[in-house]
Amino acid sequence: MTGLLSLRNVSKVFTLGQREIRAVDDVSFDVVEGECLAIVGESGSGKSTIANMILGIYPPSMGTIAWRGDVLPARRELRHRRAIQLVQQNPLSSLNPRRSVGASLRLPLDVHGIGDRSHRADRVARLLEEVGLPADFMNRSPAALSGGQRQRVAIARALASESDLVVLDEPTSALDVLVQARVLKLLADLRDKRGLTYVFITHDLSVVRNIADRVAVFEKGCLRELGTTEAIFANPQHAYTRRLIAAVPVVADAEVALRNRLMENDDAAA
Amino acid sequence: MKRAAYILVRNPLSLTGVILIALVVFGALFADLIAPFPEHRGAVVDFANFNKPPEWPYLFGTDLVGRDLFSRILYAYRISLLLGVVVLAIAVPIGVTIGLVAGYVGGWVEYVLMRITDVFLSIPPLVLAMSMMGLLEPTLTNGMLAVTAMWWPWYTRLVYNLTRSEKEEGYVLAAEVIGASRAHTIFREILPNCVPSIVTKMTLDLGFVILIASSLSFLGLGVQPPTPDLGSMVADGAKYLPDSWWLTVFPGLAILVAVFGFNLLGDALRDILGVDQ
Ligand SMILES: Nc1ncnc2c1ncn2[C@@H]1O[C@H](COP(=O)(O)OP(=O)(O)O)[C@@H](O)[C@H]1O
Ligand SMILES: [Mg+2]
Repeated sequence: MTGLLSLRNVSKVFTLGQREIRAVDDVSFDVVEGECLAIVGESGSGKSTIANMILGIYPPSMGTIAWRGDVLPARRELRHRRAIQLVQQNPLSSLNPRRSVGASLRLPLDVHGIGDRSHRADRVARLLEEVGLPADFMNRSPAALSGGQRQRVAIARALASESDLVVLDEPTSALDVLVQARVLKLLADLRDKRGLTYVFITHDLSVVRNIADRVAVFEKGCLRELGTTEAIFANPQHAYTRRLIAAVPVVADAEVALRNRLMENDDAAA
Repeated sequence: MKRAAYILVRNPLSLTGVILIALVVFGALFADLIAPFPEHRGAVVDFANFNKPPEWPYLFGTDLVGRDLFSRILYAYRISLLLGVVVLAIAVPIGVTIGLVAGYVGGWVEYVLMRITDVFLSIPPLVLAMSMMGLLEPTLTNGMLAVTAMWWPWYTRLVYNLTRSEKEEGYVLAAEVIGASRAHTIFREILPNCVPSIVTKMTLDLGFVILIASSLSFLGLGVQPPTPDLGSMVADGAKYLPDSWWLTVFPGLAILVAVFGFNLLGDALRDILGVDQ
């Protein structure tokens, strides 16, 4: 099975003075086109380092990353940057406070020459509408937006370049619980509509259960376990996975039903 | 704007700064209209009225060749402000660009640029300016050149430190992920976030540039006569203290007002632009 993206024996070693930190240790896995692959693991387990290597922020110390079968070089071509995009954890930091929402959304269009110059403002407006925000938000500063609205803008920016793969690095963990649920629903809808592939980094297993097709469990830079969401939850093989699952608060069916009803009610208010 | 007005009203020192600088700039710009004796900016002599204490129509008295000090101070402000603006207009773009590039690119580029900056920073400013003025002709242009040469490294330091911390912000990662050019990331993403600190420092520095320029003139290395200059006026008058006190006190006060005013204004801007320091 070769996927959209294949990591083969990927390691990343950081050198801090005399110390060497093996942030990612000999990891291999594929991301299949159209799936949502969750990456879980506690803080410091190397999740963001994997994301940065997938995005080409820095190359692996060892191993290779391939896109549709082609091994990606250390210096990425623009078309590969365009295909793989990112949504970060904290939209307060990921959106430039000194640039308007419109300017941030326009950047990928300008960099990749998407659409006519004269039609880019329209495209920005449509992107905003696609993530459930009014088009006139393009003139606002990020500071004038709520946390959830900011994250919607960040999601719109990841879609702007018509990407195929979106890496989501804990995209909801900086948000209020209610806002979290709405942003998750938006992400699920966008995936259906656009046929996106997600690498969804989180340490929230209830999020995993809602959105992921497969789960990769990391601990100390190593891939401990990889399987379908049902399989991992039904029968966790690794002791570390069992501990992770045990740490999740149990949600009763009644609570799930209540939450779904509430979410439908205030979808419009998102 | 509302926030700016609120800060000014609430803080009398900030308001004082705004008023002082407004007066200085107004006087310098409209010296031709305000000065009672505009021709006294040049080599004029009027021995009938020389060395007069303050009395109408000589608000600040007259100098040893009978020129109106008030008029000369207005024109001296014009030169000082021009000097300050030109020095910063050259020093700031250079210093800021070097700081941005060193902070963002890192590696050997950072090493080389910052060592050069440190060398300039380690030389006391007045010594650097004086040695340059010793080598070059003591003209106004060279004076500006000397002051510029010692001013840019401070902007490099400031912007370098800002860039190093801005680089960690998510919006820089976002630009890299999108594939934006380095030039875009440096000048369109990071620079706008440094602007408030840069503008604040420029305002503070206008006062200091004026002070340094006056010190150079005081030592006979700056603006040359008969062009009026606050530093030379203080120097020339000092020989006649305490009898002809107005020769030194008014030009000295004029320097003080400009330096103090720009400092207060800089502090006000820091509050208004929300620069954290
Ligand atoms: N740029 C870096 N330089 C040095 N060490 C790093 C760097 N990035 C991450 N690390 C280290 O690598 C390890 C994994 O970090 P990270 O990938 O951010 O984990 P996670 O996202 O799972 O919390 C941590 O020990 C972290 O300190
Ligand atoms: Mg992380």
